[in-house]
Amino acid sequence: MVGLATVLGAGGGTSSYKEIEETDVILLWGSNAREAHPIFFHHLLKGLDNGATMYAVDPRRTSSARFADLWLGIEVGSDVALANTVAREIIAADLHDKAFVAHSTRNFAELKAAVEPYTLERGAELTGVPADAIREMAHAYATAEKAQILWTLGITEHHNAVDNVLALCNLALLTGHVGRWGSGLVPLRGQNNVQGGGDMGALPDKFPGFQNVNDPDAIAKFEAAWGTKLNPEPGIHLTLMFEAMERSEIKAVYVIGENPADSEADINHARAMLASLDLLVVQDIFLTRTAEMADVVFPASIAWAESNGTVTSSERRVQRVRAAVTPPGEARDDIQILFDLAALMGVDWGQANPEQLWDELRSLSPMHAGMSWERLEAAGGLQWPCPSLDHPGSPFLHAWLWADDLDGREPAPFSAVVHQGPKEELTDEFPLRLTTGRALDSYNTGVQSGGFNSPIRYGDALDMNPADARALSIVDGEVVQVSSPRGSVEMAVRFQPDIPEGLTFTTFHFPELVDANVLTSDAWDKRSGTAEFKAASIRVDRLVGAAHG
Amino acid sequence: MTAVYNNNTADASAEVAVTISIDGADVIVPEGATVLDACNAAGVDTPTLCYAENLTAVNACRLCVVEMDGSRTLIPSCSRPAEDGMVIKTDSERVRHSRKMVLEFLGSGVDLSQADELGTWSEFYGADADRYGPAPARINEPVKIQDDLYIRDYDKCVLCYKCVEACGDDAQHTFAISVSGRGFDARISTEFDITLPDSACVYCGNCVAVCPTNALQFKTEFDLRTVGEWRPEEHEVTTTVCSYCGVGCNLEMHVQDNTIVKVTSPNDHDVTSGHLCIKGRFGWQYVQPTIERGPTT
Amino acid sequence: MADLKFTDDQASAEESAAIDAVIGDERATVHEHPRVIRGGTKRRHRMRHLLLPALHALQTESGWISPGGLNYICEQLQVPPAEAFGVASFYELFKVDQAPGHDEAVTHVCVDGPCRAGSAQVIAGIKAGGGHVHESPCLGQCERPTAVFVQGRRGPNVVKADAPNVLAQHGEPALRLLHRVGVVDPESLDSYRSHGGYAALDAAIAAGPDAVIASLTESGLSGRGGAAFPTGIKWRGVRDADGDTKHIVANCDESEPGTFKDRIVMESDPFALVEAMTIAAVTTGAENGWIYVRGEYPLATARVQNAIDLARSAGLLGDDVAHSGQRFDIEVRRGAGAYICGEETALFNSLEGFRGEPRNKPPYPTTHGLFNQPTAINNPETLLNVLPIVLEGAASYRSVGTESSPGTRLFCLSGDVGNPGLYEFAFGVTLGEVLERAGGVEGELQAVLLGGAAGTFVDSTSLDMALTLEDTRAAGTTLGSGVVMVFNQNADMTDTCTRIAEFFRNESCGQCVPCRVGAVRQHEMLVELRTGGPAMPDDRRQLHDDMARAMADSSICGLGHTACSAVASALTLGLIGTSQ
Ligand SMILES: Cc1cc2nc3c(=O)[nH]c(=O)nc-3n(C[C@H](O)[C@H](O)[C@H](O)COP(=O)(O)O)c2cc1C
Ligand code: SF4
Ligand code: SF4
Ligand code: FES
Repeated sequence: MVGLATVLGAGGGTSSYKEIEETDVILLWGSNAREAHPIFFHHLLKGLDNGATMYAVDPRRTSSARFADLWLGIEVGSDVALANTVAREIIAADLHDKAFVAHSTRNFAELKAAVEPYTLERGAELTGVPADAIREMAHAYATAEKAQILWTLGITEHHNAVDNVLALCNLALLTGHVGRWGSGLVPLRGQNNVQGGGDMGALPDKFPGFQNVNDPDAIAKFEAAWGTKLNPEPGIHLTLMFEAMERSEIKAVYVIGENPADSEADINHARAMLASLDLLVVQDIFLTRTAEMADVVFPASIAWAESNGTVTSSERRVQRVRAAVTPPGEARDDIQILFDLAALMGVDWGQANPEQLWDELRSLSPMHAGMSWERLEAAGGLQWPCPSLDHPGSPFLHAWLWADDLDGREPAPFSAVVHQGPKEELTDEFPLRLTTGRALDSYNTGVQSGGFNSPIRYGDALDMNPADARALSIVDGEVVQVSSPRGSVEMAVRFQPDIPEGLTFTTFHFPELVDANVLTSDAWDKRSGTAEFKAASIRVDRLVGAAHG
Repeated sequence: MTAVYNNNTADASAEVAVTISIDGADVIVPEGATVLDACNAAGVDTPTLCYAENLTAVNACRLCVVEMDGSRTLIPSCSRPAEDGMVIKTDSERVRHSRKMVLEFLGSGVDLSQADELGTWSEFYGADADRYGPAPARINEPVKIQDDLYIRDYDKCVLCYKCVEACGDDAQHTFAISVSGRGFDARISTEFDITLPDSACVYCGNCVAVCPTNALQFKTEFDLRTVGEWRPEEHEVTTTVCSYCGVGCNLEMHVQDNTIVKVTSPNDHDVTSGHLCIKGRFGWQYVQPTIERGPTT
Repeated sequence: MADLKFTDDQASAEESAAIDAVIGDERATVHEHPRVIRGGTKRRHRMRHLLLPALHALQTESGWISPGGLNYICEQLQVPPAEAFGVASFYELFKVDQAPGHDEAVTHVCVDGPCRAGSAQVIAGIKAGGGHVHESPCLGQCERPTAVFVQGRRGPNVVKADAPNVLAQHGEPALRLLHRVGVVDPESLDSYRSHGGYAALDAAIAAGPDAVIASLTESGLSGRGGAAFPTGIKWRGVRDADGDTKHIVANCDESEPGTFKDRIVMESDPFALVEAMTIAAVTTGAENGWIYVRGEYPLATARVQNAIDLARSAGLLGDDVAHSGQRFDIEVRRGAGAYICGEETALFNSLEGFRGEPRNKPPYPTTHGLFNQPTAINNPETLLNVLPIVLEGAASYRSVGTESSPGTRLFCLSGDVGNPGLYEFAFGVTLGEVLERAGGVEGELQAVLLGGAAGTFVDSTSLDMALTLEDTRAAGTTLGSGVVMVFNQNADMTDTCTRIAEFFRNESCGQCVPCRVGAVRQHEMLVELRTGGPAMPDDRRQLHDDMARAMADSSICGLGHTACSAVASALTLGLIGTSQ
């Protein structure tokens, strides 16, 4: 989000799903969309059936990578190195779109200098992927008529997440693969309304509609509308909040619909911090582990099934959610809880009505202005920006890059970024890399997806290359001790020939089975606030007393 | 289809219109439209079975046949592109006869008790499935209950290929099921008929969603039917958005007695085209105390 | 692509070796490096056509399609196991269950047409000797009942070879299509050349495509595979079709009960087929040739393969065919026991590695044929006609036959005649003359089945009918694939018709409702007649008529269209269903 906004000025995926059906080259980078975004993957599959060529960049040969024309199994955390190598190769082979670069971008010289050291040979060294494969991908991407780069947590759950995204943006700017139908940069959102949360200003430094909290015009507008003084200081994101808790600067926390006690990268630390608070309020549909620690719990109704409102998808499509069933017991609508709380604090906000709230948003957020409630009801959703009632919505963003006058904007900047590798280096003590991801039938910490009996759920296991496992005399299915610098858990090993040697993998859906997040790294990205789930260092030991065979 | 993507598609190829005569009335449809589209445009109701707007037409059932001037045989309206100057009859004796026979043939060998539309059409065309002697061959297969999400009752299977297409290259690309065998012995099956949980099936439920005869059923429906509690006429259907990943799939929640009993997705929504994944299809069960379940065998 | 998931069953070393041998070196996924794997949709599509040969290899190696072997094939070709199973279980020659004795040879004994009478005894004999038997539909050896075909399991397939002078018309100067049969050495290119072989190809290259198509059109040649479509128009369509890759397919699946002409041509004059296909290639611009031979024709397959190999060594196939500057080569593919695969679009699906289910037409093969690319598919007899047309010109070709049916036609005489076998007559010969030339009817004529199981019965009132396309059509019958199957007064027509109905029941691909169910209901009706007859009640007659009309009107392909015609004609002629 942050990376895209820095380069292009809007923190949203640039393209519609439909476009991938008509694209020519797909770089699926750090995304196991087959399992994490299955219905988006249907669109991608249509693209493949229509003749698109797909390169999958992922340390694991995921179920998505199995559909690729070429899988590039890079070392965990070497994404910038690969992207820079691709950029250098595109420039060296003179395949960049020179007219586009000249007209629509800036800082090309800086980029060229920054990527100069990333020769194919050096790239191969840093990523572990042979030069030929990198060259092939670079040339295919650069010479395609239409091409898209897609990514998910494999790019963003790193301590240098923003750098990763910036490096990918560079590739699109070099080749002109953005701002046109069929080409684009597509971050796939992991949750049904991450995009919507950002749209609505649930970011430390934004008002709704990505307006900056320190922009005087914006402040004036919102202060006038809300009849109150607003704090112009940007807030802080979750990871910083935990640090602030550690320094006792934050003493009270109100958690709405999050479960940090299970989902933070370093959960031992997170749990200790939550326990140390003076006041913890949790508003959730479940009595989560975080809620169990809370002083006050507000039972909420289920947003998508028991209440009315909107959500925004990965293609910036705003759609209506509607109540299908009535909530049990005392559970109340999230909005209602906030309204009731406000009333108790002495402010009367009136009736909690989603449509009225939506109209208020439209009056304040220009990119939503044209999305009337009726239009949202009728059209199966609208894609922002949609500034006026007669605007059809925007399937893709940044057509301005191709306008003669760039619609009066600044050209998009290249960003010089350097390869850093994972924060947590492999050591003799912790010689194996651990990375995490999702399984098709499960979701995040598993609180919701645990509700049905999936015939294909296998539970958390540590996937290991059989060669690595055998070197430790571990057999398939054996329960072992897995330790990281932060802690250790017991879990079963699953032989997985598709994972390169030296790498291990687990999902994080079953905290009650194993606390995988005890193992993951607490390194995080200063700018986006995303934690490094994707690259921890671990060791695997047979349990004491395990028979040697 | 409601076009949800309302602008900027790259191939806004100029639409050419073709004129075709349906039962004597001229109908204008865009190039690429089928004869069935033209029939719909003319307001002519056409029975279909293997056709679905979200799947490639396989034209296997032959229920939708119409008569075309100049063609020796009847043509399947669902797949035949409309061409300028075609003269189509949808209610000739030949058409009525073939439709009636297709319905009779199906009724004589398949349990159509839960294929409501076919029942209506059978009555309309006067199909008499009982005139095929005392013991016409039929499929005769026991219900397959192999997990807690689906049942497969192939005695109800009309071999319309829809499930195979939805599992295969029309949507899911998992190819867990295929048609095996040949002729009347053809069956929808996994390799060597291994159980569904052992197969490549990922439980997206897309096969179940397209099955026109209830040969494939969600276990929730099957269990409620078994205890006589399935009351579709009472269902309230509410469209909302799936709560899992950020793709934004629309879900139609079928609710009976304030309990979700089935989830589908609108065929005419461009995000899903009616197809879902296991999470959207079954991930709602946490919303309510689990409804009564039957045994797994 | 698909989410491939395999059961734990593993192929044996022998199985994987046998499969590797036919797949060759390419793989659908290639592990180029521990961190680089090549695969993808396009690659997988490109390799899919190897499925059928791979299944043949597995069947031959193990005697059945074992789960481990199937897994291995699917892994190499990246085909979903459920789909591969669906393909394997479509074909008669593949066994998907491990029946006792599955790995020993099986003798297929024909129970159709003239073989029917003697089949019980042959089967009993084989069983008494401890052999395995499979009751087979027509094996394409109707002139020499009772036909058998030995399917080797872990061993070669065998059929009897004909004596060289197989033709009753041996040496007759009027033979245009069969003049080399029994004369030329079918395994020698030199011998073929010395009997005028490859002169036509040279002539075609010299004349150029447009001239060849013009004389074909002028000649009035129409397809001999059943549908009688004008060949000149077909080739013109392929020549004019857009597309870099075009195909010539010889439809040698010959499975119409009573038909054996293509087998004899392939076994006795295989170079003629190869030469004619090469002419088709240089005429239409196709670079790929395929000969799809029915699986029960091992000798024909071997002879054709040998002819291709020799032609290739002589530069008559390959990168520069006979110095024409054009590339053309031919691959031989074996069918696996499915009559429906003779239907041209089913043949394409089969060859491509899918179930042999016909496609709906349009689009037609000339633009959307094999691999959805422009394709000229022809029957071998059609192709044979091209040689004299190119060599002698259309006028000379038209000097025999009738205005609307020029040239000659091959006839497959079988059943109760003195000299069953393959004959060539000019169009216009009467049925009576044909029977006469074939040694006359043995006994008293009851009926003749014209055109095969998909054709119709006629009786002695039709002896004066001229055998042309137009006369047979006017009489409501057909020449079809040239079958003339004769039944004398002793033949049990109810049993014969029941077997025909059973044939269609077994051979329907099952795709469309009218044919899948209709064929079963027709068979049930005839079984009922056989046990409860002889008279067929009026309501049953009506029902048969109702079924026949719907099947002819609304089935997808010719199988369903014609599945009731023979029985309907027998009812009309009173051969069955009457009280006497
Ligand atoms: C059920 C069925 C089986 C057929 N079998 C054959 C066959 O074995 N050989 C053949 O040449 N044509 C067969 N045909 C006809 C082919 O579909 C096609 O018309 C023919 O190969 C075209 O070649 P031609 O134009 O040279 O006749 C069959 C058609 C049907 C409907
Ligand atoms: S199971 Fe249902 S969808 Fe599948 S072929 Fe049978 S009737 Fe059609
Ligand atoms: S008519 Fe028969 S053989 Fe032909 S497609 Fe239909 S079911 Fe298959
Ligand atoms: S609906 Fe057209 S053939 Fe089935």
